[in-house]
Amino acid sequence: MSETLSPKQATHPLPTFQVSAKQALANTQLRRNLYKATHTIRAKRAQVVGEMPDWQELREAGRALKERVLRHLDTYLLELEASVQRAGGHIHWARDAEEANAIITRIAADHGAREVIKVKSLTTDEIGLNRALAANGINAIETDLAELIIQLAGESSSHILVPAIHKNRAEIRELFLSKLEVDSLTDAPNELANAARAHLRRKFLSTPVAISGVNFAVAETGTVCVVESEGNGRMCVTLPRVLISVMGVEKVIPSWQDLEVFLQLLPRSSTGERMNPYTSLWTGVSQGDGPQEFHLVLLDNGRTQVLTDTVGRQSLNCIRCSACLNICPVYERVGGHAYNSVYPGPIGAILTPQLVGIENASSLPYASSLCGACYEVCPVKINIPEVLIYLRGRAVRYKQRSRSLRTRLNPESVAMRLMARTFASRKLYEQAQRLAQLGQLPFQHGDVIDALPGPMGRWTAMRDLRPVPRQSFRDWWRSRQAAHDASEEVRS
Amino acid sequence: MNISLFITCFNDTLFPEAGQAMVHLLERLGHTVDFPEEQTCCGQMHYNTGYQREAMTLIRRFVNIFSQAEVVVAPSASCVGMVRDIYPRAAEQFGDHQLAAEIAALMPRVYELTEFLVHRLGLEDVGAYYPHRVTYHPTCHSLRFLHVGDAPLRLLRAVRGIDLVELPEAEECCGFGGTFALKNADTSMAMLSDKLRNILDTGAEICAAADNSCLMHIGGALHRQRAGVRTVHIAEILASTEERSLV
Repeated sequence: MSETLSPKQATHPLPTFQVSAKQALANTQLRRNLYKATHTIRAKRAQVVGEMPDWQELREAGRALKERVLRHLDTYLLELEASVQRAGGHIHWARDAEEANAIITRIAADHGAREVIKVKSLTTDEIGLNRALAANGINAIETDLAELIIQLAGESSSHILVPAIHKNRAEIRELFLSKLEVDSLTDAPNELANAARAHLRRKFLSTPVAISGVNFAVAETGTVCVVESEGNGRMCVTLPRVLISVMGVEKVIPSWQDLEVFLQLLPRSSTGERMNPYTSLWTGVSQGDGPQEFHLVLLDNGRTQVLTDTVGRQSLNCIRCSACLNICPVYERVGGHAYNSVYPGPIGAILTPQLVGIENASSLPYASSLCGACYEVCPVKINIPEVLIYLRGRAVRYKQRSRSLRTRLNPESVAMRLMARTFASRKLYEQAQRLAQLGQLPFQHGDVIDALPGPMGRWTAMRDLRPVPRQSFRDWWRSRQAAHDASEEVRS
Repeated sequence: MNISLFITCFNDTLFPEAGQAMVHLLERLGHTVDFPEEQTCCGQMHYNTGYQREAMTLIRRFVNIFSQAEVVVAPSASCVGMVRDIYPRAAEQFGDHQLAAEIAALMPRVYELTEFLVHRLGLEDVGAYYPHRVTYHPTCHSLRFLHVGDAPLRLLRAVRGIDLVELPEAEECCGFGGTFALKNADTSMAMLSDKLRNILDTGAEICAAADNSCLMHIGGALHRQRAGVRTVHIAEILASTEERSLV
């Protein structure tokens, strides 16, 4: 399963984005699968967003609500705690992944569970819950179709919403044939879904403990909301006797009425649907109906640290719709695994470095051409390019403050400082222009430069470069002014 | 109008013909053009790569040089995007309120060339003549940061002799992204290869844009592949007339 999001990654440094992306780019099947999936969902989103005359107002409402939540997070969380307890639920506060896993494992063990069913939850991926449960002899069964696929394949999620987006139907058919008890199977979507359904139905009816994530939790009423498309979530939150839900602290919203905004923004942005198929809402425990024991785990795991950062905190607005992944030209080519992060794509590139520390994910803020498409589609107006650039600044400062001289004096840093000094003086800048005109001569073949040494070789490996012209614009301007002045003089 | 040229270091050094075209065009339209020679670089590369403290010197420099200008016009959407989108944020980030005030005063007078022509001067037909088959790539900064909309296309449609063909998936990033093209060269190229396919599919002989940086990336690969298509800055197309063909 996925890597846990925690600063402990420093002891096992993950490959940089550049390295993982290069591997992913070479996988032609992956490229094809991703292109098809992202373009299909993009078109669907564009259509259902386009038909909303007040979409921009809705986005602004979503952003403003999230800003209010973050500003008064302490108040809303305490209000949520009180309302959930009033409705017969239990609240648990977890500082980090370890605490959350311990709480959940203990509850499951108290009920003697050997198996638990789960509805897809990024937060439980973030804390590495399945591994923690397994270490205590508890088997977690994913019930979301795509989660089941990657669990059976022993892979990790590559997308927030469509964890198996990297796989096509033919690949899923082969997987099911080898892992599920089916004799024959085609790659028709309904046959694949039926095979998964038969496998899962037995689990739904026999497992006493379920674990879910949370899309929204209403402070005012203590109501918890899970939004999904397959009905597996509905079964998880209604059939078992015990329900444990895990939420990042930022998922609280003030009032019931606020759901109106988010339940419009989320389905249109994520699956491109006007209305979400299965929206489950429950408040504590109801006698004789649904789970008779309800636990809500409130997880911090670095979020309050993000909250202290005035630029970075907007990342906590995220409602996990994945519109930014689907629109991102980088994600579309490299897929989710290249990010080496539970949260991939543009939102992962800003969220992960803040949660695990910039020193553990310094390549992620650079995994973007800053094209701005993510900001345009974000339903809660997270200015992702702004945060990416800001985090690049933190990555550079981290390197500049490093104790290692080699890190401080890396070629990029030296070149950047040199150029900054050059650009700060007209004289040095004009000298540098002359130097470029002369310095390029050894590399120039007629009217083209096609091979450069060092880091610039990454440019010429794939593209030609036109040589720097002998006459800069300012040279031309000066000669033009001189000619103009001379003719004025002749005339007078 | 007295127009101060913000030529950008990139065009000054690598693509002087775009700046020259802008001078010819603006003078032809009856304006006085000035080039403050102290200008160097707006600081975009430094700021966007994370060298923000280093960029601050360049930001202050830019504001000083142009603060008295009537209007400032540049042949680059990304450099104008830097001034409009990043400068106010940078001043705030470094707590420089004096600079923030100066930026706020200057910003409404800084334009990218096509938005200046269409939105400020209210022009579409600038009297250009350009007998070539052209496709137009809307760069990310012009589209999503400056929101120039269809201003460049309206200018191009009014050019006499032009055969303007629509670029499929036009709004997709070409993969340049400044230092992204070097830091993530493989991903950058994967993005570019789709852009090239779309350009070649149009059968155009020229791909035009409002940013020479993106065009250097696109044009560099077209040249490497001997694709038979070249890149031209939109200023050069708009500066061309029947009497004076620039390209």
